Amino acid sequence: MKTSKRIVLRFPQRLVDRPIVYHLIRDFDLAFNILKASITPDKEGLMVLEITGEREAYDKGIAYLNEAGVKIDSLNREVTRNENRCTHCGACVTMCPVDAFSIDEDNREINFDAKKCIVCGICIQACPPRAMELHF
Amino acid sequence: MQKTLEEINQRIREGKAVVLTAEEIVGYTREKGLKAAFKEVDVVTTGTFGPMCSSGVYFNMGHTTPRMKLGGGRAYLNDVSAYAAFAAADLFIGANALPDDDPRNRIHPGEFNYGGGYVIEELVAGKDIRLEASAYGTDCYPRRRLSSYLNIKDLNEAVLFNMRNAYQNYNVAVNLSDKTIYTYMGVLKPNMGNINYCTAGMLSPLLNDPYYRTIGIGSRIFLGGGVGYVAWQGTQHNPGVARTEGGVPKGGAGTLAVIGDLKQMDARYLVGTSMLGYGVTLSVGIGVPIPILSEEILQSTLVTDDDIVGTVIDYSSAYPNLRPGAVAEVTYAQLRSGSVDINGKNIPTASLCSYSRAREIAVKLKTWVEQGKFEITSPVAPLPGIDSGLKVRPFNERPLGDTNHHIL
Ligand code: SF4
Ligand code: SF4
Repeated sequence: MKTSKRIVLRFPQRLVDRPIVYHLIRDFDLAFNILKASITPDKEGLMVLEITGEREAYDKGIAYLNEAGVKIDSLNREVTRNENRCTHCGACVTMCPVDAFSIDEDNREINFDAKKCIVCGICIQACPPRAMELHF
Repeated sequence: MQKTLEEINQRIREGKAVVLTAEEIVGYTREKGLKAAFKEVDVVTTGTFGPMCSSGVYFNMGHTTPRMKLGGGRAYLNDVSAYAAFAAADLFIGANALPDDDPRNRIHPGEFNYGGGYVIEELVAGKDIRLEASAYGTDCYPRRRLSSYLNIKDLNEAVLFNMRNAYQNYNVAVNLSDKTIYTYMGVLKPNMGNINYCTAGMLSPLLNDPYYRTIGIGSRIFLGGGVGYVAWQGTQHNPGVARTEGGVPKGGAGTLAVIGDLKQMDARYLVGTSMLGYGVTLSVGIGVPIPILSEEILQSTLVTDDDIVGTVIDYSSAYPNLRPGAVAEVTYAQLRSGSVDINGKNIPTASLCSYSRAREIAVKLKTWVEQGKFEITSPVAPLPGIDSGLKVRPFNERPLGDTNHHIL
């Protein structure tokens, strides 16, 4: 049975240079689609993938990633904004790797486009009044 | 030609005052001309909303039965330590206070999810606060322990006091080092990866009255959603910094110490705030009305983000080491455009203070004045101006000899 999932992979500093995803495809016959890849300022790698393949191969692939020390989060979590706490300061705007925040030029409020969010979590601690919340 | 404050207040009482915000006055004067605008406009309102670390609240909670002398004892509000070194029933809590068990920066960068700023926000919102206190007991104040809920409505007085805020312009922050740093100016990415700034620019109170002609000790202001007053010049008041031709300081200059009744205030304008890796603070809303007494005063309220220059400072090295030297100068118009060019590099910018809420405060204050609810006061004494010679000095360190060390 084929399966297709969106996952977030976090590579600790020591793994950033290793061709892990390459192995994932070659050894487990999985197809993937990179939705986002970046190296965060503290040199952690972050990758959001859509992986498609046979269920068994998928599970093996995940096990391989786990063993290699990659942190895996599934994208069924979501980040929401507590509108009562958001002061529209804008501190989040340059923090978000996928530009989910934008400034409304008319009222100078900060828009949050949840559809763009890849749940990297960076804004959660960077938001001064702690308006960004992670939900499971 | 001049107008007197009494004339303006008379019009405010009659509900006839013409009030514009610091944004609105610019286009209005452009259209009408300076002379006509001066004749028509009575008051220009300003606003700012951002983290103001030098904030605290003191209150008198009334005497317990039996009586207890908090002074010299210990007190905690929602596990956050309060200052208990005044008389029997008064406590002070500062915005930066943390619970004793907060890991602080032991695991860097610390999260600082709760502290004094949040206690102040919850107190003003009318939530119950847990008070735990201990004292040494005296013949007249025998009680030694207290643990109780406390609510703002039961307090005798609750007063917000800020010893330094509404900064007249401020540093613009970047990070020249090769690793992320966590500062009170927010998270700064390596190699000038982002720029953070924190003033309300053309809406900001002291940028609209750069020589403190109308704002002084005793000025009635919008504070945290209620009415407050300027109590004194703020600490680190530094009027003598370099200014543009229009008189706008290019960096932090004047500051205000302000005071007001917390019971009238609103948690929308007093918001507990956490700076990753830095600490807890309080975001405060302040609005100052400027009576248009002369064309000169009107002229200074016409300042726009194009006229306001911010000095870009490196927070990885120059700032912490108190070294002079700027990376660049940029205008607030450039900062607000979302990115600025420095040395050929395009750097995204972000604000730490809320421009939309600063605007909301200026509009709210405008409504108060228009409705005759808020008269303008004349300062009882001016703030030290550029001729005062007042200057911020760095700490004069005179190390103790070895024999004088007591605690280290
Ligand atoms: S940093 Fe937080 S409070 Fe500021 S605009 Fe973004 S979500 Fe809102
Ligand atoms: S978690 Fe926050 S920073 Fe990360 S993608 Fe979503 S909105 Fe952007």
